[in-house]
Amino acid sequence: MNVFLLYKDRDFHLNQQLPWNEQALIRDLELDTLFSAMAGSDKFLHEVAEHTVLSGINCDMETIMYRQEILRDCINNQSVVKDLFSLANDAIENEKARPWGLFNKWPSSILRRSLHAMRMYIIILKSLRNLAEENHTKFRSEGFNRFFERILSDLSDDYFDEIQGHLESLKFPDGILVSTRLGNGNKGSDYLLHKPVPGERGKFRKLMEDFIYRQNQEERLLWMAWLLKTDRESYTFSISPRDEGGIRALGKLKDEGINSVASTLAQSNDNILGFFYMLKTEIGFYIGALNLHKKLSALNEPVSFPVPVADGPFIHTAKGLYDACLALTMGKQLVGNDLGARHKKLVIITGANQGGKSTFLRSIGLSQLMMQSGLFVPAVSFTASLADSVLTHFKREEDTSMTSGKFDEELDRMNTIINNITHRSIILFNESFSATNEREGSEIAGQIVSALLEKNIMIFFVTHLYEFAHSFFSRNSEDYLFLRAGREADTTRTFRLTEGEPQQTSYGEDIFYSIFKPDKESETLN
Amino acid sequence: MAFNSILYNNPEITYSGESSTIPSCFHDLNLDLMADTLTAGREEYNLKPIYYDRLRSSDEIYYRQDVFKDLENPDLTTKLKLFGKKMQTIRSQEVAAGKLFYKYHRERWILETINYYCNSVEDLCNDLLSVDIKSEGLQSFSAYLKEYLNSDQFKYMSGRAKKILTDLSAIQYSILYRNLRVQVMEYSPATDYAEEIKRSFSRFTESQVKDYRIEYKSYPLEMNDVEAKILDGVVFLYPDVFADLEDFCNKHREYPDRIICTFDREIQFYISYLDFINNLRDAGLNFCYPVIASGSKEINSFDAFDIVLANKLCTEKLPVVLNDFYLGGKERVIIVSGPNQGGKTTFARMFGQLHYLSGLGCPVPGTRAQLFLPDNLLTHFEKEEDIKNLRGKLKEDLVRMNDIIQNATESSILILNEIFNSTTLQDQVFLSKRIMQKIIELDLVCVCVTFIDELADMDRKIVSMVSTIVPDNPAIRTYKVLCRPADGLAYAISIAEKYNLTYKSLKDRLKI
Repeated sequence: MNVFLLYKDRDFHLNQQLPWNEQALIRDLELDTLFSAMAGSDKFLHEVAEHTVLSGINCDMETIMYRQEILRDCINNQSVVKDLFSLANDAIENEKARPWGLFNKWPSSILRRSLHAMRMYIIILKSLRNLAEENHTKFRSEGFNRFFERILSDLSDDYFDEIQGHLESLKFPDGILVSTRLGNGNKGSDYLLHKPVPGERGKFRKLMEDFIYRQNQEERLLWMAWLLKTDRESYTFSISPRDEGGIRALGKLKDEGINSVASTLAQSNDNILGFFYMLKTEIGFYIGALNLHKKLSALNEPVSFPVPVADGPFIHTAKGLYDACLALTMGKQLVGNDLGARHKKLVIITGANQGGKSTFLRSIGLSQLMMQSGLFVPAVSFTASLADSVLTHFKREEDTSMTSGKFDEELDRMNTIINNITHRSIILFNESFSATNEREGSEIAGQIVSALLEKNIMIFFVTHLYEFAHSFFSRNSEDYLFLRAGREADTTRTFRLTEGEPQQTSYGEDIFYSIFKPDKESETLN
Repeated sequence: MAFNSILYNNPEITYSGESSTIPSCFHDLNLDLMADTLTAGREEYNLKPIYYDRLRSSDEIYYRQDVFKDLENPDLTTKLKLFGKKMQTIRSQEVAAGKLFYKYHRERWILETINYYCNSVEDLCNDLLSVDIKSEGLQSFSAYLKEYLNSDQFKYMSGRAKKILTDLSAIQYSILYRNLRVQVMEYSPATDYAEEIKRSFSRFTESQVKDYRIEYKSYPLEMNDVEAKILDGVVFLYPDVFADLEDFCNKHREYPDRIICTFDREIQFYISYLDFINNLRDAGLNFCYPVIASGSKEINSFDAFDIVLANKLCTEKLPVVLNDFYLGGKERVIIVSGPNQGGKTTFARMFGQLHYLSGLGCPVPGTRAQLFLPDNLLTHFEKEEDIKNLRGKLKEDLVRMNDIIQNATESSILILNEIFNSTTLQDQVFLSKRIMQKIIELDLVCVCVTFIDELADMDRKIVSMVSTIVPDNPAIRTYKVLCRPADGLAYAISIAEKYNLTYKSLKDRLKI
């Protein structure tokens, strides 16, 4: 019984390894906002969202398309998906709520507990089956079709009857029957359990037997022999209810007989629980996606299913791309951006402060991660190449441990990034190397970027370093793209990026004056 | 010639010859220490009396030496040790089975033990046949074993045991537990319900999960009430097999063959001794099989050592000094003199040990040896003063000496260690010379440790040996005892000097 709703042919594990820079990604791209939007206040959903989005970087094309299809189905069948989720949740909660009592590893206890649990699971599995029956025709995706198919074939009515039958027999209403051979010391060895054949003795005879044996503890009484004659030769005795040692010994012998079935049942329980847990996890991802969808739609923000591109030079084209986290935080619709970076290796973004550069950078990173985990993206349309890691180099606060200065710290982080670079990385630089004077910063940025460009790596660089930006601009290469954050004549920001040559000013004046309101009488502070 | 014992080659004499009285020389020669070491861990075999009983003829000695030589083959020794272990198991199982409460439980154990015995003996016979054996003792035993295994009695017992075991193991039965009732029934084939459950739930048991099964260890030596009653049920259902079992156990109560049991004990003598000397061999010391001089008192030994001292030194990883001796022609007495702590007493002990051990048929220390088989090995070492003895030490010494001389014959060996110390020098010389004369008259072999060098010149029968020191450093002993005229320097002075107890040193120390 498999779920396989995140990967076509295997389970998704919450404990799989996350990218080495997960903390940096969460911080720089404000991913917690995204996860919270997906999870609400549910801690479990938050964990699922975090793991799926961050591990998405490892997904291949097939998996991404697989998930997109499933997500489409989810969007079209929201209540069914929610029902699936609560079913799984019920199973898990019921299991947790059951009192286990003192830990007892003997087979009879294990069997008793397992039977009880199994009965509970059967009920939920039946509901699951019914849900599948009623709704499977509404689903189109390969993932869901196969999921429902499996449920319908594995959980047929006949099968439930069979299971129910076993659950009854395993209470051993007619006693425990074992067969064995004589072993060392003339003790029994290699016990095999059998189902007692019912109706071997009539009901009346059974009652008579029980009655007689309650009266007498002796093995055979001759004058009762004719009554007790059975089909087979047999030798019977009873343990006195006051014989504690005997009862214990008898218990042990019975336990030895049921050892195997008790374990099988307990294992089945474990597996069913595992199945529900997996179901909750994998559906949890889609629930999160649905929540996100709802919230973004409420803000009138567009979302669309991206087109991933597997190989070849990098492609990044988008229409109406925005930073979903910012939108969620500010609670309103944002200005979207268009991007046409076909076969570009370097995108340098310059321009007005507070012009939306960092926001743009974040939207790139965010969309990449969302696409690769199979989600929709915050854009009207989006096409991008698959990367195998997303790396960020954003500004940080002064090192509170005071071990290094800010520039030191930047270079240290850069070093770590270099150590972890892969074939198809996307690196997002946000005002890097600005903690020193422009000349030095430009020089260093130039060297690093030149080196990186020789590898097959995509770079997005937001910067105020004019010399650095300009030097690349002057090379006039087909591989580079230059964007500028715009500014209206009246100094308002457009938050739109357009292609343009880097300029020497970033219009800091505007911001200065917006804070320090110029006094007509006072001197100018230029 | 029927086999009787691996220790004694005379089949007519059933040895009751093992005494449990410790020979008087045992303690003086430190052989009691050796016996303790050899028998440690083997107390159940009661081997010590074997050590107390010296052999009487060179035939008997060579009989044992040949067995030793066969056992130098580690393969054979390993196999014999294994057999010894099996016999131990059999003995302990017998004891355990005797304590079992439930009849059919007990009888099953007896059956198993007898079967194990039969298998062990068969294995031993095969083992012996597969190895190259030259000694009369082992060959004879091997032939005995073959005969025993082919005897009707053994074949019957062994075959029957196996058959009953097979029959028992083939018994299958069913048990139905209902509440407090247990019903034992004839077996009728039925499906494995556990498998059925497994198959049915296989949909839910795909991935690897925890195994909840309890491991039921089997304790075949224990049986509780319920199991016993179930067994009674099985007996009720299959009475014939169990009747067989009962009959078998009654018939074969005394199953182990006496000769084999004796062999099991006696072979430990050889094995324990070989284990002991192999330790010393590992440290680089040599052992040899001495030639027994019959009709001649020409004895010699090369590169020999005190076996007990060597054992101690080897465990401490210290070197062992080797010594030789040689008595040719008319020579009979060795006078050992020289510096104190020079190894004289050790030398004397070594001499005694060599003769004692060769008299047991054992290999002895050294690379080569020709030794004498005495009728008596007499020793006189210094004893503590016994307060209950009102005689006083000198008289005591003389009384003992007299006893010894009375018991000595020309075929005896006598070892004297610093006799008559409890009197003045003049008396000592007088007494010693007298005793020495008597010894010479008797023509017996003697080693005498003394500092009275005059004794060495008394007669041509006397050989003088001296314990030596390092010439440049007189305080250091070499522990080498060499043939040399006694030179009268006791070097006691050098020891005193070492401890600053000479007159000169004392003067300084006490500032007189």
